Amino acid sequence: MELLLQQVMAGLANGAIYACMALAIVMIFQAIDHLNFAQGEMAMFATFIAWQLMQWGLPYWGAFVISVALSFVAGVLIDRVLFRPVQKAPILSQLVAFIALFSILNSSAGQIWDYTIKSFPTPFGHHPLFGGTLIDTHEAGMIGVTALLLALLYVFFRGTRLGLAMRAAAANPESARLVGIRVGWMTALGWGMAAAIGTVAGILVAPVVFLEPNMMLGVLLYGFAGAVLGGLSSPGGAVLGGFAVGVMENLAGTFIPYVGQELKLTLALVMITVVLMFRPSGLFGRSVVSRV
Amino acid sequence: MMLEVSGLSAFYGQNQALYDVGFSLDDGQVRTLLGANGAGKTTVLRSICGMVRVNGEIRFDGKPIAGWATEDVVRLGVAHVPEGRGTFLRLSVEENLQLGAMTRKNRREIAEDIERVYVNFPRLKERHAQQAGTLSGGEQQMLAVGRALMLRPRLLLLDEPSFGLAPLIVEELFAILRRINEETGVAMLIVEQNAMLALELAEHAYLLETGRVVMDAPADVVGADESIRRSYLGY
Amino acid sequence: MTTTIPKDDIAVGAATPARRASMRLGNRNLIVAGLVVVAFIVPLFVTSFVTFQLTEVLIYGLAILGLNLLTGFNGQFSLGHSAFYGIGAYTAAILIHNYEVSYLWTLPAAGVVCFVIGFLFGLPALRLQNLYLALATFALATAMPQILKFHALEGWTGGVQGLVVDQPEAPSFLPISDDQWLYYFTLIVVLVMFLCAESLIHSRTGRAIMAIRDNPIAAAAMGINNSLYKTLTFGMSALYTGIAGALGALAIAYVAPDSFTIFLSISLLVGLIIGGNGSIPGCLFGGLFVLYVPNIANALSTGLAGAIYGVILLLVIFVMPAGAAGFVRLATARLSRRQA
Repeated sequence: MELLLQQVMAGLANGAIYACMALAIVMIFQAIDHLNFAQGEMAMFATFIAWQLMQWGLPYWGAFVISVALSFVAGVLIDRVLFRPVQKAPILSQLVAFIALFSILNSSAGQIWDYTIKSFPTPFGHHPLFGGTLIDTHEAGMIGVTALLLALLYVFFRGTRLGLAMRAAAANPESARLVGIRVGWMTALGWGMAAAIGTVAGILVAPVVFLEPNMMLGVLLYGFAGAVLGGLSSPGGAVLGGFAVGVMENLAGTFIPYVGQELKLTLALVMITVVLMFRPSGLFGRSVVSRV
Repeated sequence: MMLEVSGLSAFYGQNQALYDVGFSLDDGQVRTLLGANGAGKTTVLRSICGMVRVNGEIRFDGKPIAGWATEDVVRLGVAHVPEGRGTFLRLSVEENLQLGAMTRKNRREIAEDIERVYVNFPRLKERHAQQAGTLSGGEQQMLAVGRALMLRPRLLLLDEPSFGLAPLIVEELFAILRRINEETGVAMLIVEQNAMLALELAEHAYLLETGRVVMDAPADVVGADESIRRSYLGY
Repeated sequence: MTTTIPKDDIAVGAATPARRASMRLGNRNLIVAGLVVVAFIVPLFVTSFVTFQLTEVLIYGLAILGLNLLTGFNGQFSLGHSAFYGIGAYTAAILIHNYEVSYLWTLPAAGVVCFVIGFLFGLPALRLQNLYLALATFALATAMPQILKFHALEGWTGGVQGLVVDQPEAPSFLPISDDQWLYYFTLIVVLVMFLCAESLIHSRTGRAIMAIRDNPIAAAAMGINNSLYKTLTFGMSALYTGIAGALGALAIAYVAPDSFTIFLSISLLVGLIIGGNGSIPGCLFGGLFVLYVPNIANALSTGLAGAIYGVILLLVIFVMPAGAAGFVRLATARLSRRQA
């Protein structure tokens, strides 16, 4: 029983990272109606910048704020420069643009900061929480920050006019223009927000997986899985999905024989696929009712 | 003169859809664009809203607006209820209405206007928290008009408001449109296939045929002309 | 009301639309025939290594064609085709390595195995759309290397080390090298399969498949059995890519789990899009791109190879958003309009 609880908590802790990533993914999805495969790399790059700022003497929170702000700006720029020209192209061509961005960021990070693993500090410390053996303070911090982000986003989207405008622009750009919404700015804002959230995820995860150019690959994948599982229309669903993926992955690795570390990822994905078969719009996604 | 259009040509890619179209509309007037399928009626509305490539002159309050972005035309007070209604299907009825007022700032007035829409369209009030996509065709049309009214527009562009609706609902809708025009003085330019209803509501009509204006006359004149009615309007 | 017909339209020898279309078709067939002749002659003039690379281009082209059948013509998005490629490759390798079967039989075997697995995968895929299908196929792609490395199957798959495959030998009565024979063998197989794909697409079945892509509800309303066609297409798609995998195993003479990762799937997808989604000849262009561009990027700078590859991808997509095939279509349309 103790082992189960431990693994669930550990799963939740990992899940917090995936949840954060899933949140960024759903943000972008709500803004531009498809997935950004380079999300993880953008987060990784920004985390490296935070690290570099700290190397140059900036305190943790200073570096945190600056890199989040910079990534917001970068997100907006990437939308304007990269995404805008291919917007009219078929969706699969846009996919290639994302793959290209992925490649550029990954390779550049490797070139600038090389591939040796670096350690990354955390403001929460690594002591066991409340002296117990379940999770440590950093993991608790991750869960806390993710929950806070989610709350802020919920309030933003449901409670503010700007949030409503963004949702409208993503849902139906032409109609949004007809009510006076500047759809281009809404998309750019969505990109900026997604980039910023991704950076938070990166900075939170770096102390755990250590900083190196490929650190976000697994996280991105689990983040996608969490977002899809939760249903891509719902930030709350994405976060829950992320946590669920974390727990599933951990429990599968620990308790199912033969699986172990080797097939953990596969099993998690298979489980998600099975869930999707029964609930094709994800666990919390709203299936859109539309007239033929 | 609020809206003046002259020498308007419009293009979809390489294909020309409008040839030298001209008409005008002043505050408070209700006019209608009639014609067969493919005549270019929808294209005229889209031209005003910057949704197609155009040549020629479009003036609003004397200001040239041809080629302006849709969002900017909207801010002049032009509300367009497009073909297919353009409802935000995934959002609630109330959210759809709030979106109509996106360019306005006064919260109190916006709230009042939402109430006014519910008075005009009681069925929407019943369903105000429902997902817009679950509404019937008639209700979605009313929602679309309601949303357009939330702009407090000076000009309301309506593209085939009767499309796909049962006759009783259409009559109800047109009666509401008449009342709105009388109470608020909003001008209306209505594209319609149902010529009879449109000619009852409007005071002036333009008849389009393959992209050209072939008739420009008061509504009663158009409605009384038997040969026009039989060849173009089907009754 | 009388109208006069402008003189130009009835001028003698004018390129009317019908005439233009048949001229285009005639030109196209001529170009294709010319290219095939070139393809047959090329190995006699280039080095063994280049011949080998061209063989790989053909193989990738075939693999991409498999993906094209599913994604381009049937609208089902797949990130999992590296799995089918790998299954095809391993089927061939296991048959040759463990059972000493002749390489000729490995192709149909790989095809059948992949068709069955593709069909079976297509069944649950019926319930998933777009992104959800992408995730499921992603799962398939990530699972494959892990399954291949799985220690319980090592006896068959060779585990992490993989399997060595004997390269096919040229028949003794032909005066060509083994590499050249491999090229011609691959070329013939690929040509046959491309021709089959062309005839499939232009048949009633092909139109049904495309109808499902464009408007599944209308297709069903017309009496097309969506489920059957979608799963069959999945199977066919897997068959094509699987046979490409088998050819790949023969060409490289070696199979190992880490050759068949999600990155291969992504490469195939990139190749498909660059070549032109929904275009059969475009697949070969995609194959060329997938083989040569990463090499070029690497040659320009090993450290920033990925970045350069990304930049090239962006440039290509900006210039040819609908892929090479789309670009050619646009160019010929503009040219023929100028001729008219």
